[in-house]
Amino acid sequence: MVTIKELAEKPELFTSGHRACAGCGPAIALRYIMKALRGPTIVTEATGCMEVVSTIYPYTAWSVPWVHTAFETAAANASGIEAALKVMKRKNRLKHEHVDVIALAGDGGTYDIGIQALSGAAERGHDFLYILYDNEGYMNTGIQRSGGTPHGASTTTSPAGTVIPGKVQYKKPIAEIMLAHEIPYVATASIGYWTDVIAKVQKGLEAKGTAFLHLFAPCPRGWRSETSKTIEISRLAVETCMFPLWEAVNGECSLSPQSKAIALKPERKKPVTDYLKLQRRFAHLFNPKFQYVIDEIQTDVDKRWNRLLKNCNMPPVAKA
Amino acid sequence: MVAKVEQKTMPLNGDEAVALAAKQSDVDVVSAYPITPQTIIVEKFSEYVANGEVDTEFVCVESEHSALASCLTAALTGARTFTATASAGLALMHEMVYVTAGCRAPVVMAVTNRALSAPINIHCDHSDAMAERDSGWIQIWVENSQEAYDSVIQAFRIAEHPDLLTPVMINLDGFFLSHTLENVQVLADDVVKKFVGTRQFPLVLSHEGKKVPFKLDPDNPLTMGPLDLPDYYFEHKRQQEEAMHIAPKIIKDVHDEYAKLTGRSYGNGFVDAYCLDDAEIATVCLGSAAGTTKAVVDQLRAQGVKAGLLRIRSFRPIPFDDIMKNLETVKAVAVMDRSNSVGGDGGPLFHEIRHILYNAQSHPPVVNYIYGLGGRDMSPTIIQNIYKDLAEIVKTGRVKKFVQFAGLRE
Amino acid sequence: MSQQPKGWKELSLAGVCWRPATDYRTGDWRSFRPVRDPKKCTKCLLCHMVCPDASIKWNKETQDIEFDYDFCKGCGICANECPVKAIVMVQEGGE
Repeated sequence: MVTIKELAEKPELFTSGHRACAGCGPAIALRYIMKALRGPTIVTEATGCMEVVSTIYPYTAWSVPWVHTAFETAAANASGIEAALKVMKRKNRLKHEHVDVIALAGDGGTYDIGIQALSGAAERGHDFLYILYDNEGYMNTGIQRSGGTPHGASTTTSPAGTVIPGKVQYKKPIAEIMLAHEIPYVATASIGYWTDVIAKVQKGLEAKGTAFLHLFAPCPRGWRSETSKTIEISRLAVETCMFPLWEAVNGECSLSPQSKAIALKPERKKPVTDYLKLQRRFAHLFNPKFQYVIDEIQTDVDKRWNRLLKNCNMPPVAKA
Repeated sequence: MVAKVEQKTMPLNGDEAVALAAKQSDVDVVSAYPITPQTIIVEKFSEYVANGEVDTEFVCVESEHSALASCLTAALTGARTFTATASAGLALMHEMVYVTAGCRAPVVMAVTNRALSAPINIHCDHSDAMAERDSGWIQIWVENSQEAYDSVIQAFRIAEHPDLLTPVMINLDGFFLSHTLENVQVLADDVVKKFVGTRQFPLVLSHEGKKVPFKLDPDNPLTMGPLDLPDYYFEHKRQQEEAMHIAPKIIKDVHDEYAKLTGRSYGNGFVDAYCLDDAEIATVCLGSAAGTTKAVVDQLRAQGVKAGLLRIRSFRPIPFDDIMKNLETVKAVAVMDRSNSVGGDGGPLFHEIRHILYNAQSHPPVVNYIYGLGGRDMSPTIIQNIYKDLAEIVKTGRVKKFVQFAGLRE
Repeated sequence: MSQQPKGWKELSLAGVCWRPATDYRTGDWRSFRPVRDPKKCTKCLLCHMVCPDASIKWNKETQDIEFDYDFCKGCGICANECPVKAIVMVQEGGE
């Protein structure tokens, strides 16, 4: 296991000088990902915050080969790069023994517009790691709702109105959808726990075939949270089971240590309000008129947590 | 011209000819989605792969949009890539068609021209490729399956030229060419492989301050496909326009080199001028209708009518000088369009020919016939009537109607 | 950034980026700057890990932590996460 000092001495492959907001969760996510590389790597990215802030021509924050083509194409891009590398290797035109391919996309480019390409690539089993940096909204275009936006959150296309209090629908269970594709590696991680992120990126790179990592990365701008609390919120998401951590190796699910600790001692599980109160995108829910939405959120969290416990062969939590 | 190499005659339809040409060109990655009437291309190629006849990664993508996206990134990684589509598939790729040209990726794509929906129609029409006119792709339109075979091979050389780096679209008429059997002269595998050669990579300035080969390579990292703000986008687009100014020389060189090798040429590579030296009336068209029109021209010539035809082979870049030179001495010109620019007072080819002839001293009258939409047959009779109309215009000096629909039931 | 942008003839093809992001100093965005108390700091390097802008560096030669104020945007995550509260956020332009 590499030490934090060794990681700190590695050159930054996602450098300073990018134009992300102060306190940006996805920028932290990208730094962790780049610290986890194991060898020559090509990165392809979908249109979104991280793509835009890091490659404003002529500047680039990327010290690895990097390509962006369109919004819905992260997985299609990766398919093309992987196919090219494979055949170039066979025809002796590739000097590297192996080159890792990473596809990066936000929740916009994954849950919604990018899901077709992702599903297709997973079905074909291309050897690459797809990392979804989830800030729960189309942040780059101005904080509009996505399939990954949670229930009750206020976004510009699901605003907290007097009649409708934020997003009506629930967060699409994207990691479970990818699990159903029967790919060799699926995992969830949060930037609140960097050792877990790095370990999972490495496992994803090592997996032979399509690997999928759902990486939770808050957006202080879109969530209207304090810039200094990005990591703290990322931990609370796990501690409240809003975003539990697990991984599935060849379909076998297991909880990651941080979530397992809660499964083993259910009293450790914090109420969702601890998490919601730090983000003004949920502020309207603290009006007594919309208390029911917080109850809905809690119920949904509990339901999904129980479902996860079942998948991981752990005993469900008894209903309160 | 006598061929330098031995060639074999094979009965192939347009799709099979295209698939064979791609196979022989040692293509690295083929990423495609089936759509009538291109299906035979992907099916044939799948057979080659399954039988180990070709060392290619054939990616059966889940949509045409992904087909072009993956071909694009494969090309940027250093692979020789090929895809094929038609109609709705090309329309679905539309975003990526522009992106591919903007990223300067040398992708070669065969389009078996088919009508755009709605209503859905699977037959021949040029609306699909016309919708991509402005994208920055080189467009070559072929008259028969032989030319389809020859042009796909030439396309790899053109697209990959290090000074050009512009994707090439080979257009062949859906069903009329794609599904019709012809005797095609085919080269030996090693001859084609030698002709297309290996990819060369021009040098570009990287963020590390070095000039490195233009490909995704961990040894020399490059950032491709960045965000341009208003301070740079305009310059990048001007560079693409410049590529179109460089293209004619490369298209011609490749065409001529291939002609020396095989004995086959297509006009001067840009236009195929048929009986135009002393023509008084002439038509202009793209694609397979040229074949039928040439037969009509022969008939008319036998009757002493000074008829001619100008087939445009290189539609993008449009050969301004060749068109001007061949048509300015003609007394009346009819442009035949197999697509319409709805509400645009005529079809796209008509607009372009008219635009070019506007500068001609002689200023011949130019009229438009929209024909064959959705696979409607373009018969010799219809073409004869067009020439009759042209003769009438020359005789009376008047044009009754500038834009007409030929072969339409009123 | 004060140099004249290049014309189309000078630029390399295909819009490949030719300047590193580090040429663009994001440090002048901030309103608050992190100040570290070296006496409290245990050099655990957690601040280095959590900084979105890679503005907290580990200097191998001096074996010490360095803040890169050329790029620090003043988000305050380092101060919030420091396990021994060795970092405080001080308003720019103040003491």
